[in-house]
Amino acid sequence: MISKKTGAFLGWFVLLLCTGTVCFFLGIILADLITKGWPALSWEFISSGPTEGMTTGGILPAIVGTVLTTVITAIFAVPFGVCCAIYLNEYAKDTSFSRLIRASIRNLSGVPSIIYGLFGLALFVQGLSLGTSVLSAGLTLGLLSLPYIITTTEEALRRVPASMREAALGLGATQFESIRDVVLPAALPGILTGVVLTLSRAAGETAPILFTGAAFYITGTSGALNQEFMALPYHLYMLSTQHQAIEQVRPLAYATALVLLIVIVLLNLTAFYIRYKHRNND
Amino acid sequence: MNTRVRERYDAVFKLLFKTTGMLVIAVLGGIFLMLVWNTVAFFIKVSPVDFITGTQWNPSGSQASYGILPLVVSTTLVTIGAMLIAIPLGIGTAAFISEYAGKRLKNFLKPAVEMLAAIPSVAIGFLGIVVVGPGIAALTGQPNGLNALNGAVLLAVMALPTIVTIAEDAINAVPASYREASYGVGANRWQTLVFVTIPAAAPGIIAAIMLGVGRAIGETMTVLMATGNVSAFPKGFFHSVRTITATIAIEMGEVPYQTTHYFALFAIAAVLFLMTLAANLAGEYFVNRFRKYHAA
Repeated sequence: MISKKTGAFLGWFVLLLCTGTVCFFLGIILADLITKGWPALSWEFISSGPTEGMTTGGILPAIVGTVLTTVITAIFAVPFGVCCAIYLNEYAKDTSFSRLIRASIRNLSGVPSIIYGLFGLALFVQGLSLGTSVLSAGLTLGLLSLPYIITTTEEALRRVPASMREAALGLGATQFESIRDVVLPAALPGILTGVVLTLSRAAGETAPILFTGAAFYITGTSGALNQEFMALPYHLYMLSTQHQAIEQVRPLAYATALVLLIVIVLLNLTAFYIRYKHRNND
Repeated sequence: MNTRVRERYDAVFKLLFKTTGMLVIAVLGGIFLMLVWNTVAFFIKVSPVDFITGTQWNPSGSQASYGILPLVVSTTLVTIGAMLIAIPLGIGTAAFISEYAGKRLKNFLKPAVEMLAAIPSVAIGFLGIVVVGPGIAALTGQPNGLNALNGAVLLAVMALPTIVTIAEDAINAVPASYREASYGVGANRWQTLVFVTIPAAAPGIIAAIMLGVGRAIGETMTVLMATGNVSAFPKGFFHSVRTITATIAIEMGEVPYQTTHYFALFAIAAVLFLMTLAANLAGEYFVNRFRKYHAA
């Protein structure tokens, strides 16, 4: 029988080990991508297109494609999500209708991303005849982002004190005017944080764009919305599994992974900055 | 602006906001309908019994067979492996963060977990190929380490942030009075954690696990890249497997529109949908139970 003190020490040690392992996972991911991706990273790599069957050259079209799809995702999902969150937090009472909306949102956030890909294929590519294109992929990612944008926006709206709404209504504003001029500006930093975090997730998603428009190689960066496009995550997938000279392009795959990671980290830091700055204003 | 116009605006926007709410329901309904519609189209051509009990998935053979069992077993195998790794690590980390870590350490550990959650699945899948795979190959002497074990390790990494965050919330939500009562009768911190705090937080911790399971079942890119995708009946952790998600990802790009094979992919997507739905509903049930229990 071990003593109470030894037991407590062993317990603490096991928990420390667990936490250490989780940190080790993160550490090895970052260390491997940075040490092996950094040497292949150069200005040419992010400012030129691929050449000689992807074995040399850069990933500019993939960066442009990812930015374009993310912009479409934002244009579609942000107004849609914010409006729905406004309805839920400002207008809806606890009726079966609002409970049904909330249940739908919870379910949507659990739907696997590949099923969003199928839905995008059925609805946008085939149903609405948008074809495999930037537009289809952006809209598909928009649907995927919707539940997260609604949840974070509602959270931000909930933190606006009821007294502010009451003051606006007391001065004779209609409910819509009180939302537009008082509630939304107050909730804006919280909404932005949620939006940026959600977009960073959307930018890294691969499964939903597999069948809705991502292509392995296209020449040029036309920026046309009805064309297929290259995207950073898809490019990484293709380089690391489908290329004929896999060993030869491995440094390029590492560099692509690092660029993708940097994009995601920058978006996350932006979100943290907005949150931090807002906290100082309180 | 006069009052009539302002009130008109008010009514119009109220309607607009409400419409977006209806559209959200329509999106889920649309996904559901799409799955049901195509699954029914599939069942007209292939009997549901053959689909559910078939042990071979070979849609492009001369004698096409659409048995979902190998895919379901693959998904289950990889998910179980992932949970064997992620559950102890996740709960241990959550307990450490909420009960032992000081403020400074917490300010490092919480962003670290968020950072782990932010890493795209395709990047983790890539590391499965270049780091975990060669590692498993070196340990077992196989030519490459692309097998169920590799997928399980990667899925554990993907599910960990979910489990840690929700389990930590659950442990934090246990009222301080419980711990104080335990300290009061002479228990130390470890005994309090094991015999008081964790049992009190159990429903929340189970919820964390179920949501982690839901995440692991639905994950596509990591398993697609790391498990080798051999479409045979899975033999174990050291063999290549092919999950439901990976099968959809590989085959959807190649099938002609509205063939039996096309419908079959929607049918396995419907099964995937039901599996994640079950895991998420179970998670939600335990979250609610945890809330009620502590509200009382």
